[in-house]
Amino acid sequence: MPFQRFVETGRVAFVSDGPHKGKLVSIVDVIDQTRVLVDGPASQVPRGELRLNQLHLTKFRIKFPFTASTRIVRKAWNDAKINEKWEGSAWSKKMAAKEKRAQLTDFDRFKLRRARSRRNHIRTIVFRNLKKAASRNGTLYGKKKMAKGGDKPKPKKAGKGKSA
Amino acid sequence: MPFSTKLHEYQVVGRKRPTDTDPKPKLYRMRLFSPNPVIAKSRFWYFLKKVNKVKKMTGEIVSCIEIFEKKPDRVKNYSIFLRYDSRSGTHNIYKEFRDITATGAVAQCYQDLAARHRCRARSIHIIRVDEIPAGKCRRPQITQFHDSKLKFPLPHRVIKRSKEHKSKFIAKRPCTYYK
Repeated sequence: MPFQRFVETGRVAFVSDGPHKGKLVSIVDVIDQTRVLVDGPASQVPRGELRLNQLHLTKFRIKFPFTASTRIVRKAWNDAKINEKWEGSAWSKKMAAKEKRAQLTDFDRFKLRRARSRRNHIRTIVFRNLKKAASRNGTLYGKKKMAKGGDKPKPKKAGKGKSA
Repeated sequence: MPFSTKLHEYQVVGRKRPTDTDPKPKLYRMRLFSPNPVIAKSRFWYFLKKVNKVKKMTGEIVSCIEIFEKKPDRVKNYSIFLRYDSRSGTHNIYKEFRDITATGAVAQCYQDLAARHRCRARSIHIIRVDEIPAGKCRRPQITQFHDSKLKFPLPHRVIKRSKEHKSKFIAKRPCTYYK
C-alpha cells in the first residue's frame, strides 16, 4: 500500500486540534519534520505555523509555489473549488452526520427509530420474496433439490382471505 | 530567562550616565531575546558590564523597543552563534534552525541546548542570530528541507489522545496508517 497523502506544498489539510479546529487549510511550506506553514484563506485561518500532529491530511491538493502569497493561495483554492469538493467528500459528510446525530432531540430519535424499523420491515419482505424466487428457479439451492410439484398450495382458510 | 513563555526580541540602547568629564558617552546597542523588557534590560547590563566599566547604577537605558519579525509568513533558515558553559568548561557553538521568526529560532535553540547539552538558559550567551540563505546552510538536517518539491508521508502516525478519548482500554488497535 503505497502512500498517497503527502505533506507537501498545496496539500489541503483538516485542522483537528488547536484554535482553528475544524477548518480546512493548505500547506504552504514545510518548516521542519513536525511543523508546517499553513494558510487557509477560504476558512479564515491566517497564515501561520501548525504542528503536523494537529493536521489530518486530505486527498485534495492544489498547485501553487511554496513562495506564494495568501492572495495566490486563495485564487488557487477557489479555482480548484476545494470547498465544494470538500462538502461532497465522504469525510465531511460523515462529520456532518455525526454532528447532527449529537444534536438530535428525543423526538428526533423516536422518528429515527421508527423510520429505521419501517425500512427494515420493507427490506425483510423484499428479501424474503427474492429468496423464494431464487430458491424456486434453482439459483439458491440448486435445481435437484426442488420438490417435483413445486410449492404445496396454501390451505384456504375461511375468513383469512390469503391467496395461494 | 527564556523558556516556556514566548520569547520577544528587544533592541536595548544604553550608555554610561553623562558626567562633567564625559558629557557625551558612547551609546551601546544590543539585540536581546527575552520574555519581557524587564529581563531584556537586565541582560543588557549583564553583558555591558563585561565589556565596559558601567553598571545599572552608573548608566542609563536610552531605549528599549521590541523588534517584530518583518516577514513572519516565510520560512527562514537561521544561524545562531552562541557560547555556553558546560560542567567542565565553556564552548562556542554554531547551530542552524528553520523557523518563521527569529524569536522562534532562538527559543528552539534554547530547547535544543537544554536537551543536547543539559545546559540551562542562564549559561547560554547568544552571540549572533542571522537569517541566512539556503545556500549558506551547513547542517544537513536543515538542507534536507531545501527542496521546492519536498514531500513526505506520515508513515507511523501516533495521534495523541485527546481529553474526549481518554479511556485506557479500547476494543480495537488504533490505526497508525494514514495513507
